[in-house]
Amino acid sequence: MSPWWRLLIYLVGAPLLGGLLAGIDRKLSARMQARIGPPLLQPFYDVAKLLSKERMVVRRSQSFYIVFFFLFTVFTGALFFCGSDLLMVFFALTLSGIFFVLGAYKASSPYSFIGASRELIQMMAYEPAVLLTAVGLYMVTHTFSVHVIAAQPTMPVLLLPGVFAALMYAMEIKFRKSPFDLATSHHAHQELVRGITTEFSGPVLALIEVAHWYENVMLLGWIFLFFSVHWAVGLACTAAAFFLLLVVDNVCARVKWQFALRSAWQITLIFGCGNILVLWLLEVFGILNLNP
Amino acid sequence: MPFVCGLALLFTGSNRLRRPLAGLGAAGVIAGALALACPGLPGSVAQLPVSPEAVHRGMLAVEVAISLYLLVVSVRARLPLVGALVLAQAALLLPLELGGAHPAAEVSRYLVLDQLSALLALIIGVIGGLVCLYAIDYMQEFHVTHHPEMRDGRRAFFAILFVFLGAMFGLVFSNVLTWIYFFWEITTLCSFWLIGYKGTEESQRNARRALVMNLTGGLAFAGAIFALAHGGGPLELDRLVAAKPALALLPVALLAFAGLTKSAQLPFSSWLLGAMVAPTPVSALLHSSTMVNAGVYLILRVAPVLQGTAAGLLVALVGGLTFLLTSLAAITASDAKKVLAYSTIANLGLIVLCGGIGTHEAVWAGVLLIVFHAIAKGLLFLCVGVVEHKLHSRNIDDMTGLVLKMPRVSVMLQIGMAGMFLAPFGMLISKYAVLRAVLDSMPLLAVVIVFGSAATLFFWIKWMGVLLVVTQPHANVEKEIGVCKWSALYALSALTFGTCMLFPLLSAHLVEPYVKAQYHLAQFTALGEGNLILMVIMLGLVSLFPLSFLNYGRNVKVADPYLGGANARSGVQFTGSLGDDRDMSMQNYYLSSMLPESKMMSAGVILAGLLLAALLLKVVVP
Repeated sequence: MSPWWRLLIYLVGAPLLGGLLAGIDRKLSARMQARIGPPLLQPFYDVAKLLSKERMVVRRSQSFYIVFFFLFTVFTGALFFCGSDLLMVFFALTLSGIFFVLGAYKASSPYSFIGASRELIQMMAYEPAVLLTAVGLYMVTHTFSVHVIAAQPTMPVLLLPGVFAALMYAMEIKFRKSPFDLATSHHAHQELVRGITTEFSGPVLALIEVAHWYENVMLLGWIFLFFSVHWAVGLACTAAAFFLLLVVDNVCARVKWQFALRSAWQITLIFGCGNILVLWLLEVFGILNLNP
Repeated sequence: MPFVCGLALLFTGSNRLRRPLAGLGAAGVIAGALALACPGLPGSVAQLPVSPEAVHRGMLAVEVAISLYLLVVSVRARLPLVGALVLAQAALLLPLELGGAHPAAEVSRYLVLDQLSALLALIIGVIGGLVCLYAIDYMQEFHVTHHPEMRDGRRAFFAILFVFLGAMFGLVFSNVLTWIYFFWEITTLCSFWLIGYKGTEESQRNARRALVMNLTGGLAFAGAIFALAHGGGPLELDRLVAAKPALALLPVALLAFAGLTKSAQLPFSSWLLGAMVAPTPVSALLHSSTMVNAGVYLILRVAPVLQGTAAGLLVALVGGLTFLLTSLAAITASDAKKVLAYSTIANLGLIVLCGGIGTHEAVWAGVLLIVFHAIAKGLLFLCVGVVEHKLHSRNIDDMTGLVLKMPRVSVMLQIGMAGMFLAPFGMLISKYAVLRAVLDSMPLLAVVIVFGSAATLFFWIKWMGVLLVVTQPHANVEKEIGVCKWSALYALSALTFGTCMLFPLLSAHLVEPYVKAQYHLAQFTALGEGNLILMVIMLGLVSLFPLSFLNYGRNVKVADPYLGGANARSGVQFTGSLGDDRDMSMQNYYLSSMLPESKMMSAGVILAGLLLAALLLKVVVP
């Protein structure tokens, strides 16, 4: 398939899939809590309703940042699904996250300010693991190209179990799931009101929602890369990983940011870097030959 | 070098005369650097106007004078350490320079004029020149408005600034080690004077600390020359780099040690942090265009020798450790200048890491890091200088509402910060290359970059965020900023943006040819074409951002922020649970309990000290 077709499929398909995943998320979470839950398509109804609302802001320029957050999130995913360079994808992902945080700072309200600060702490917590994923994949495959990594004959996860574990921990943070929904949360028990999104409403909030759908699909793509030996295996493992994220979301209570940061770095250091160390040692002592 | 004499003119100059004269001097330096760098690329040996013998004798005389002066300083300030260091250097070098075996006799190339020195000269000339321009306005305001009680030493101040720049030019264009050493010592002396400019107890103390640490580096440099002269090695930089590693490793390791001190790497970082006490133009000069670049320049020059050696690994480890620890320390700092200082040291650590790895990819990345860092950091320091004078505070949390108080300066600050770490801008291109170079040679060091980058992100964005916050109306105080300051600020902002746009040209015409020549490579392209296109697309997208302000305030209803209680007065007060009106306030996270700055730093000093001890042991006892 040419990259252009993939780009088109991504641009149209990712929000549909992302919205659907959000619906599945709510349905499954409800079932885990012995509730019936909303219809599967509820996220789409929500966004449609938000789009029809009035535009209210605290600072006149705050929405601009969100528009660029959206643009760069879509751009990041486009890079990824066109098979571009994994490091570039990572940098673009960071950039989109920064626009989101800056928008919340711009809103100049205490709740969005502290939400933005916490989002930053979360970024600092998960970034090492995500970057280490790129590093680990490079060590195993000698390339950053998503296209080449996805076409590997063996599953990278076999050589990178520690890095994968660190990435899953980071994903729990990145998906804003429960032990780490510090900056904002879908649930109504947030001490920071809605944290980073407190001052965003109506169409802009809808945009944030859709950006998250795009982002989630792309993040699941990162997980897919670890199992990319066959598309069916990859999809099944990615779905399992997604389910695991939901389970953790439902069985954990929110932790403090100190714990979030410290534990994320420790896990990245022990599992992620430990994995890299072992790989390096194996190669140095000639037990494992990573060269193509 | 020709500038030194021309600018010594400034010794004579009344207050009124200084303005045009210093302005002219700055313009001259910039023009000179441009003229030197553009046509002088072929890398040929430039002609000296006078015989090398005469130059050599002149340098010797000045060196002796400097040593005597420093001895006097050490006696007056009761600093036996300074005296000891000066005497040790003299003991190593004097017999050599006075003795019959004159090292300069067998030298074939006195000057080096390749792409790297041209690039460095551009940085020194353009950024240094702009800083001097800015200093004209700054020092006026500094003395007249803010510190009327202080002795006005501006005559000497400007003279030293220009001598400093001249010495830096000399340093990057010299090929003979004894000459480089001469300019090296001059920069040490200039920084000592400039840091102590205010004359307060604190500034004197910090100046002395800078002096001691840089003299330690000078001693290592002298040791390198001594070892070369007695080991029969070449005293020229280019021949040293081309020599066999067995012969060159000891002096090169000593030179790298000297570079580490100048670039304020970890056991020696405190001098650059202490240098904050100096007036802001001095900090800008030290951090961006002069002093610290001398160290990394030398390390990158000798990088081919370090490649793949244990000494190189140790140097890389020192750099990596410094990058990680100072990035973390920057999170805990609330003083804007301190954040900038930590970030400088961190970036230099990254460059040192590149030099220690020493592969061609790493050197390419290191050179680009120097360029991008110098421009953005210069801009940031100058902006902070303006803000400090207007707000009377350097605390980052006091900078809320800066968008209204100083709209243009706050935008420039944002540009500078974006240049320091954001994706489509230059720094990130270099970080990409660093990561790649590290992975191809020492994958474990990637750990340092992975964690350090996350910390970098955090401290920059939280500062950027504070700049955006607006809680109440403020008057614009930007109008009082002088024209010299504005021109420097505008020029540096344009440069930050321009170098990102022109980065492929810069790389193709200056950096890649240098790397190719050093490593005898036939073909080298550092960044794939696809990634370059991506960078351009991203840069284009980001440049669209200001356009969104065309839509400013249209079709929106403005409301007060949610404060968790009834809003009492527009957006800044709310009715609390006891019925009283309370102010809202916002403050950033500094994570100081999680990352105790002093503990981290002392641990870093000990660790890096051990690494350096290992480095010296390794090369002295092979």
